[in-house]
This record gives sequence, structure tokens and C-alpha cells, in this order.
Amino acid sequence: MTHDPTDPPAERTDRSPWNWLLLVPIVIPLLPFLYNASEPRLFGFPRFYWMQLAFVGLGVACTAVVYRMTRRTTGRKP
Amino acid sequence: MTSINWTELIVFAVLFVIVAGLGFVASSWRRPKSMHHLDEWGLGGRSFGGWVTWFLIGGDLYTAYTFVAVPALLYAVGAGGFFALPYTVTTYPIVFLVLIRLWSVSHRHGFVTPADFVRARFGSPTLALLVAITGIAATMPYIALQLIGIEAVLKAIGLTGDSFVARHLPLIIAFAILAAYTYQSGLRAPALIAFVKDTLIYVVIIAAVLYIPHQLGGWGAIFDAADHKFTAAKKGGLLLAGPSQLQYITLAFGSALALFLYPHSVTGVLASKNRDIIKRNMAALPAYSLLLGLIALLGFMAIAAGSHGVAPLAVDGKPDPNTIVPVLFDRMFPSWFAGIAFAAIGIGALVPAAIMSIAAANLFTRNIYVEYLARDATPGEQARVSKLASLVVKLGALLVILLLDPQFSIDLQLIGGVIILQTLPSVALGLFTRWFHRAGLVAGWIAGMGSGMAMLYTIPNPATHHDHFGGSAFALSKLGLPWDVPIFAGFLAVAVNLVVVVVATLIARAIKAPDGVDQTVASDYFADEGDPKLVR
Repeated sequence: MTHDPTDPPAERTDRSPWNWLLLVPIVIPLLPFLYNASEPRLFGFPRFYWMQLAFVGLGVACTAVVYRMTRRTTGRKP
Repeated sequence: MTSINWTELIVFAVLFVIVAGLGFVASSWRRPKSMHHLDEWGLGGRSFGGWVTWFLIGGDLYTAYTFVAVPALLYAVGAGGFFALPYTVTTYPIVFLVLIRLWSVSHRHGFVTPADFVRARFGSPTLALLVAITGIAATMPYIALQLIGIEAVLKAIGLTGDSFVARHLPLIIAFAILAAYTYQSGLRAPALIAFVKDTLIYVVIIAAVLYIPHQLGGWGAIFDAADHKFTAAKKGGLLLAGPSQLQYITLAFGSALALFLYPHSVTGVLASKNRDIIKRNMAALPAYSLLLGLIALLGFMAIAAGSHGVAPLAVDGKPDPNTIVPVLFDRMFPSWFAGIAFAAIGIGALVPAAIMSIAAANLFTRNIYVEYLARDATPGEQARVSKLASLVVKLGALLVILLLDPQFSIDLQLIGGVIILQTLPSVALGLFTRWFHRAGLVAGWIAGMGSGMAMLYTIPNPATHHDHFGGSAFALSKLGLPWDVPIFAGFLAVAVNLVVVVVATLIARAIKAPDGVDQTVASDYFADEGDPKLVR
């Protein structure tokens, strides 16, 4: 616990309400009752397959939003 | 299937040689002042930008073995093999806030391995040693599996000699080349090669998902053929049977937690230039998951292509399920394109194998050699030891494949997933809290390891006639619980680990056992590029 003169400023934080959005793509893909079925089919894919492939898009969207909204350069006070 | 397909072999060999050349040239890419520092050889100068990091981590996590084994699993059992998708979707949001803290504290303190962090955070060389050994033990069989990926391709090309030497010579040559350029160029080699590898993989897979279904009568027909096979065989299915759902999600979730505990994942993360690049990549890396999902479905295409003569190749009388994707490419693509596809898989093995051996070598150097053998080793000496250790690691992996049953590596890798999870409390949770006592973490590690091994020991594999270590699905009924439902053994083991960590920490605090000194301060976990590094 030694303090060093070069320590980064103490007021920085990763906290943001946007971070809660990360829970969506963690929880949704782990709920098999949503996708463990054949119908409806999409382009010949049973629901089990097309829906889980679609979760990739869900993951990208949520993570990208959190990234954009929590960038340090935009969050830093002028 | 004994004759060699020369077109495939030549295309494969030419691409392989080009890539090997790149590996050697890589040492002068973004040339550092000196390669004689572990930060340069082992972490590429900690300087990789967004694109390089995307290719590097993508090439690192989505390995040749994944591309071969996941479709083989879907071919064999159907829906259960698709766990790879929720696994690689959930992992990025899970680690989003974790990895940036790990990067910051490592940037500030110059950590190279996860065990470096544990040592400084909890002031316990013993705990760091346990984390290092766990990492090395989990990584070694993973490297060996990459060889299985290359071997599957060589078999499909027809390179199956009769004598021991003839059969294994191509593999030995491929690995010798890999070892040589990794020694020379360090992490820069896989970073540069990853561009080629991933581009080839994307091209091949996009071609495969457009071209092959067209030949087989469309996606609907492919799924119908798979459904028909599973119904007839009364094994597997297009959907999850009721009881297997818990195994599916715990395996996906447990694997997602484990992925970034692997030392080679950490190496890829620490090599990036700043926090922003890591966050951006957490949003961009799932592109590979989409690719993996499509690759997984190659398993069903192989079922539908049964009438085109697609079936696993038999080696020594036993059908080798891992050959199913290469055989599919061999039968469905023109030879020249099959050659490109094989090169994609073969080169796909080289990138992760290089990063894994670098990561394992760094663990040995930092947490065993420097800690116990040569306390005041200079950065140059550390780099030299790490380079040599990377050779030893690769030689070990090669011997494992040549001398032992490949099934042994597959079993070991399965164990690897369970044991690496046992570093979760000290490495991942340790980034957020210093509440745990070092003795508690050691006790939890022992309990998690012990219970994990005990569970895996009881799991048979009827397909290979193994009584033990035959899978990761542990039946809850074996614990005397009333449900006959399988669950991922690693998930239970890490739960045991966490409970013991908490209880043992409370006991250690109560009896006032001496705790280690935390060398990090709160603000270290937010440091970014440009913030000064601590000089110690």
C-alpha cells in the first residue's frame, strides 16, 4: 500500500449505469427455453440455430453501446 | 483414401511456406530497439493497436482445433455441440470490465503473466506458483490439440504413410518451423501471421456456407438430413433433450468464465496498447463467434453430404471424428480450393500454438525461474530463458502427440478447462477485491482442484471405452441428489472453490493469520497508456 508520486489520479472510475447493459447478452443466451425449439424456421434454420446466431448481434450491439457511452474522452469533464 | 491429392498438397505447402517466411520476417516488424526484453519477445512491445489485437486475439482464441472439433461434435451429437456459440457470445460482456483492470494494473507494474499480478496483489509467491503451474498444465494439452488439427488436414490430403516416420514427418517439419520462428520473433510472429490465417478462414467459411448448401439442396435439407440421422440412431438430436439443458448452459457459462483465465488469452490482452483498444475489441471479437457458429454447422453439412462419400477417415482401424471437416472440404470443393481451406486450418493451428507456447514460457520464466532460481535475472536473461522454454514446451507437446494416444490430449484439454477455472478467485475476483486472505485462496484452489478431479474421474466415455475422464458432464445424482441431471463439472468445482475461499478467509481473519502485503493501489486499476510505469 505504498504511495508513489506517479500514482494515477484517484478520481478515475469505470462505474457507469451503462455497464448494466452488459448483463443482457450474458443472461439471454443462457436461457434455453427461449430457443430450444424448431419452429419457426428461418431460411431453413430451426429456431435453436438462427436465434443463437442472432445472439451474436445482440452481444455486439450491447457491448458496442457500452463502449461508446463509457469512453474516457467523452466522459472526462472539461 | 490412400493416394495423395497433389493439387491440395501443393497449394497447402505453398501457403504454409509463405506464412513461415512471414513468421521470420516478423522480428523486424515494428522493430524494437532490442528484442532482448521479455516485453518485446513475449508481449510484442505492449504496442498492438485495434486491428492487430483483433486479429491476434481472434486467431488466438478460435483455434484450429476448435474449427475441427466443434463441427465434429455437432456431427456426432447435434445440438449439444452448439454450446460453443453461447460460450463465445457471453464471454466478452463477462470480461469487458475485468480485462481493462487487468491491463491497467499490468501496465503500471510491468506484469507479464496473470501469476505476476496474483503475487503482487496477495503478496504470496506460493499462490502465484499455483496459478502459474495451473496455467502451464492447462495450456500444454491445448498446444498438443493444435497438432491434431494439422494432422486431421494431412490425413485428408492423403499423407498417411505406413511407417511411424513417414506418417509423422510432415507434422514434425511443420512444428520445427513453428518453433524456429517463434524463437526468433516472439509474439510478433503470430500477430503478423494471424492476418493471413484469419483472412483465409473468413474466405473459406463464407465460401463453404454459400457453396456447399447450394450443392446439398439448401439449409432446410441439411437440417432435415441431420434430424433424420439422429432420430434413426436414437442418439443426439437437433434440439437439446430436457435434462441436457443444464449441462449445455453450465458448460457454456463455465467455459466463458475460463476463456480469459487461460494464459494465452491474457498474453493477447496485455500486448494491446491501451484500455480503449481492449474495450473496442470486446465489441468486435464476436465477429469470430458468428464465424464459429457457421463452422459448427459444417458438421450437419457433413451428415447431409453422406451420399457424397463424406465419412470420418479410419486410422488404425478406428474412425477419427476430427477428420470430418477436412473430408467434407476434400469431397465438396475443387482440389485447389480444398488446398486453401486446409492451409487455413493448418495455419490456424500455428497462431494459437505460438501464443500458447509463449504464454507458458513466460509463466515459467517469471513465476518459477525468476522467483525461485535466479532472483536478479536481467530483462535480457528473462527473454533468453523464455525463448528456450518455448522450445521445450513445443517439444513436449509434439512428443505427447507422437507417443501417446491423441485421445489422451483431448481428455487432458477437458481437464484443462476445469482446472484453469480454479484460478478465477485469485486472478479475476482479485482484480476487484482484496478481501480474500492468501491462505483462503490457496485452500480454495486445493478444494476446487480436488473436487474437480474427483468428479472428472467418475465420468466414463462409452465411445472410447474409457472408464475415467471421459467427459465434463457430471450427473448430480452421483452426489445423492434427487435429480438425474448432468452439469458441467468445472462449474461445480469452482463453486466448491469459492465457498472454501470464503470460509477459509473468515477463519484466517479470526485467528489473525498473517496476510500478504498488497503492492497495488486502487488507482493502478485505472491507469492508461501514457501513465507512468512504476520503476522497481
